[in-house]
Amino acid sequence: MAQADILLSGQGISRRWGGLSALDDVSIDVARGSVHAVIGTNGAGKSTLVNILSGELAPSSGRVLLRGQDVSHWSQPRRARAGVGRSYQRNTIYPSFSVQENCRLAAQAMHQQAWAWWRAAVRCPVTTQAADAALEKSGLQALAQRQAGLLSHGQKRQLEIAMCLATTPDVLLLDEPLAGMGAEETERMLALLQALKAEHAMLLIEHDMDAVFRVADVITVLVNGQVIACDKPQEVRNNAQVRVAYLGEH
Amino acid sequence: MRASKWIFVLACFAALAVFGQVGSRFGVDLATKIMVLAVFALSLELLVGMTGLVCFGQAAFFGIGAYATVLLAPPDGPASILVLLPLCMLLAGAYALVVGALSLRTQGVYFIMVTLAFAQMAYYVVHDTPLGGGTDGIYLMVKPSLGRWLDLDNAQTLYRFTLACLIGCFGFLALLGRSKFGRALAGIRVNEQRMRATGFSTYPYKLAAFVISGALAGLAGFLFAVKDGFVNPEMMSWHMSGEVLIMIILGGLGHLRGALIGAFAFVLLQEFFKSEAVFGEFAKHWHLGLGLAIIASVAVLPRGLVGIPGQIAERLRGARAGSLRTAPGRGGHGAG
Repeated sequence: MAQADILLSGQGISRRWGGLSALDDVSIDVARGSVHAVIGTNGAGKSTLVNILSGELAPSSGRVLLRGQDVSHWSQPRRARAGVGRSYQRNTIYPSFSVQENCRLAAQAMHQQAWAWWRAAVRCPVTTQAADAALEKSGLQALAQRQAGLLSHGQKRQLEIAMCLATTPDVLLLDEPLAGMGAEETERMLALLQALKAEHAMLLIEHDMDAVFRVADVITVLVNGQVIACDKPQEVRNNAQVRVAYLGEH
Repeated sequence: MRASKWIFVLACFAALAVFGQVGSRFGVDLATKIMVLAVFALSLELLVGMTGLVCFGQAAFFGIGAYATVLLAPPDGPASILVLLPLCMLLAGAYALVVGALSLRTQGVYFIMVTLAFAQMAYYVVHDTPLGGGTDGIYLMVKPSLGRWLDLDNAQTLYRFTLACLIGCFGFLALLGRSKFGRALAGIRVNEQRMRATGFSTYPYKLAAFVISGALAGLAGFLFAVKDGFVNPEMMSWHMSGEVLIMIILGGLGHLRGALIGAFAFVLLQEFFKSEAVFGEFAKHWHLGLGLAIIASVAVLPRGLVGIPGQIAERLRGARAGSLRTAPGRGGHGAG
């Protein structure tokens, strides 16, 4: 991984809640043009890691770098505006809005102008164009005017990604984007992730191992808040420690 | 809003305009009171329905607007509406800025309690100090005017002015809801966490909504003081904050016309249960009847009064689907 390609880094990140250590000295790099998957059992600290990288949660120690700049003390909205997009495990779309409106609102975050607060949202060409571009990339443009709450589960997950894309991020932190999807929807989402890889640095948390090994360029394995392996998929698959700790082999 | 909803709202405003011309003196006075409370309810709708902030201290801003009207009006002549009204809104908005700046650091039930605490502080300032005349309240000696064109001492003029304020307030909030700012508030109401992850610093948005809401409540307070020519601490008490909350819940949260309908329904129900002609001696226990009626309507109409057409349509669709399932020759049973 070329140093210049690394967009987001977590260095020596730890997070403790009282006596419980959710993350212990975790370091991770996310580079443009690659998918860095983080796998681990429930409670391994995957979502905590994403929360810290995105700024939703402060680390107990360690730091987060964005394009080499220390952003550890930046708020989540500031990091998002600087190019860190994230999706959640559960759907966080706005169900009563149209699909396009969901993306337009996300795009609006990048174009907040105090002097234009009164302007009708539908008449803002910049955010509408950004929303349309995000919908086209995510394959939802045909459903732009449909009410988001009426989409299928897979389409809602796609919309989550589209909302991230509407903010034109450099880094995508995707927390279980395939959760609850059927085979066909999974294939569609994997194709979308592959298509997005060239332009973005992606961190992927996912339980579907087949999907992870298909799209990931690097895999980090977390167990009890500690990194036990970080390597290419094939090496991780053959790692004896991983097989014992995570894949359940003895 | 869809065209049918706009037509309904415009029809309501047109009916109110006509009523001002043909209504009895009592009717016009009651309708003026309801319109003032509708402005008050709209101010809270901006917070609760549009932003998802359940404020339990809205009466403070209402009361500050009303007290400012009386305290700032000169005793020997009419104050100019162009000066007094903006001042009242400004003062109510300024208090909302202080309350919002601190209370918006909290969430959920804590936010409700902090807004209530600030309202009670304002209540005790006017209740326990000479400033607000204590429990007796204070009188507005000369009602404000705008030269010869707008004398609010005249009941008809006050009615028309209040209606104009109501229409202006409704139109302002309707446009606000469609604006970029309004859409951001709607996003905060549905999922604030998502809004922050998208890049919105939500605090300034909520604070701005809080201040606008406070200023609009101040407008309602101004109208209330001018209408009655008298203010007392009760209009700042927690009962008042509760009543306006009930109005918007009764009408239907999340809809501007819900605040309108809720204010009308609440006051008319109140008048109904207070009526000795209907309830005789029992009328003095009107709180009981009103409370039961509100509990029943909230239980039967979870989406409020504005949700009635939708509920009827759903019931009809359900009945039609049921009859199609059981109709001979259409379902599986009659197929053979």
